[in-house]
Amino acid sequence: MSSSDRDQAPSRRRFLAQATLVSGLAVTYPAWADSFVDLGLPGGPSQRELTGAFPQKGRMVLQRSRAPLLETPFETFDRGVFTPNNQFFVRWHWAVIPEAVDVASFKVAVRGHVNNPLSLSMADFLKMPRVELAAVNQCSGNSRGYFQPRVAGGQWGNGAMGNARWTGVRLRDVLDRAGIKNGAVAVRFNGLDQPSVDSGPDFIKSLDIEHARDGEVMLAFEMNGEQLPLLNGFPLRLIVPGWYSTYWLKMLNDIEVLDAPDQNFWMATAYRIPDTPHASVTPGQTGFKTVPINRMVPRSFFTNVTDKTTVKADAALPVRGIAFGGDCGVAAVEVSADQGKSWKKTTLGRDAGAYSFRQWSTELAPPRSGKLTLQVRCTNTKGEVQPSEPNWNGGGYMRNVIEQVELTVA
Amino acid sequence: MPTIKSIVAICAFLLTLGVFAGLSAWPLAAADNATVTAGGVTLHSVSTRFPDPGRLFPGGDSADAINNNCLACHSTGMVLTQPKMSRAAWQAEVDKMRNTYKAPIDAAAVPAIVDYLVSLKAGK
Repeated sequence: MSSSDRDQAPSRRRFLAQATLVSGLAVTYPAWADSFVDLGLPGGPSQRELTGAFPQKGRMVLQRSRAPLLETPFETFDRGVFTPNNQFFVRWHWAVIPEAVDVASFKVAVRGHVNNPLSLSMADFLKMPRVELAAVNQCSGNSRGYFQPRVAGGQWGNGAMGNARWTGVRLRDVLDRAGIKNGAVAVRFNGLDQPSVDSGPDFIKSLDIEHARDGEVMLAFEMNGEQLPLLNGFPLRLIVPGWYSTYWLKMLNDIEVLDAPDQNFWMATAYRIPDTPHASVTPGQTGFKTVPINRMVPRSFFTNVTDKTTVKADAALPVRGIAFGGDCGVAAVEVSADQGKSWKKTTLGRDAGAYSFRQWSTELAPPRSGKLTLQVRCTNTKGEVQPSEPNWNGGGYMRNVIEQVELTVA
Repeated sequence: MPTIKSIVAICAFLLTLGVFAGLSAWPLAAADNATVTAGGVTLHSVSTRFPDPGRLFPGGDSADAINNNCLACHSTGMVLTQPKMSRAAWQAEVDKMRNTYKAPIDAAAVPAIVDYLVSLKAGK
């Protein structure tokens, strides 16, 4: 982009973009789609384009171009426990997202119920005591497309998740610098993205004060040893280990300490789950209590065998994948080849931390020709095991049923 | 094919919306190559462009209402990948866009938008 483009008034720039959109009437498809992937969503539509059109991103599964929803191609998860930055999933609520961020002038406000309001630069963060943590970032609605009955929302397959080594500073240290006043109950976070319509609810989220000060919640300026891609929240992102991605505010530029519970739309109305086991209710059920979505639950996946594919008969079958405990570590990952009647313990890979993906692997006895269904389940270090029945709720949140692949042996 | 009239209407509408929305999210004119270095880490300013969605909802005249009212806030993708949903479910989605997310959709356009959404087939 030339500097003259950048200097144009925003409304003029936006108009030019929209004029392009309108003049593109005859062009139904830009040359984005180089191939397609089938996510196996029951009842369809199941096919998605793969695109490499987004800045700093490699080939991604295109769910929506504006505001971007990009899913990690699932085969990426077979290559190791850390998801490459350029294939890390992307999810934005509103489409007004800065396309440029100047790190020299970027500032984060720390304000509200504090003794010393702050305006911190990126240099300030780089000079503070540094922490590093491996943690899974998973969309609340990861795997929503597999809900039955189907529910409205982003129709993700299983790739709205990723694991990275995050480097940054403790939120607690930042809050201590500002000095929290007595009576603080929550901390609210905002980023540079804005509603497309002025009166629309800005995307903001909050954490209880105890959670915000637990010493684990952090502000990250690096993922996997590099600065964050713009679409993953450059230059600073909130990291809430063990909690769903909705709390991991991107392009974080505002931290507000509250002296009353946060009643904003994104806490009080959106991202609510039934306050029931597995956040599950019966379709059509009403009158249940809801709470803001919060901690993650254990999951595990096959990464080297794919549903509806063929494997060799009469040869040992190596299987492997990834697992995570949710808000704690992985205690065990087991595989079943007999519809869950018996389970075989797998070997766990290196432990990169309680909040990280962990690889698992095992070798199954040579299968005979015919059909073979494999299942995998994770038990976390709190003893919580993946359920054999899928949960259901109207938001399409927190899916963690035992995964299975149906193979043909030949 | 959309008529010239509807193209003009789209242009006028989008221009209005762009001005109306204020679009104050571009406060950071990145100085090229600006960096910040401390503690052994260097961060580089980023200036990029997101791809132009460049697509309309297919369906000719039947898609005029949705094309005129919905594309200012989001592209077609997530709508066209929804599963088959009931009229009530689609009506609720459009109501949510208007009431909760404040989409400036004329009430008169809502039935045509819902009709279009109900007519979507869950294809491949």
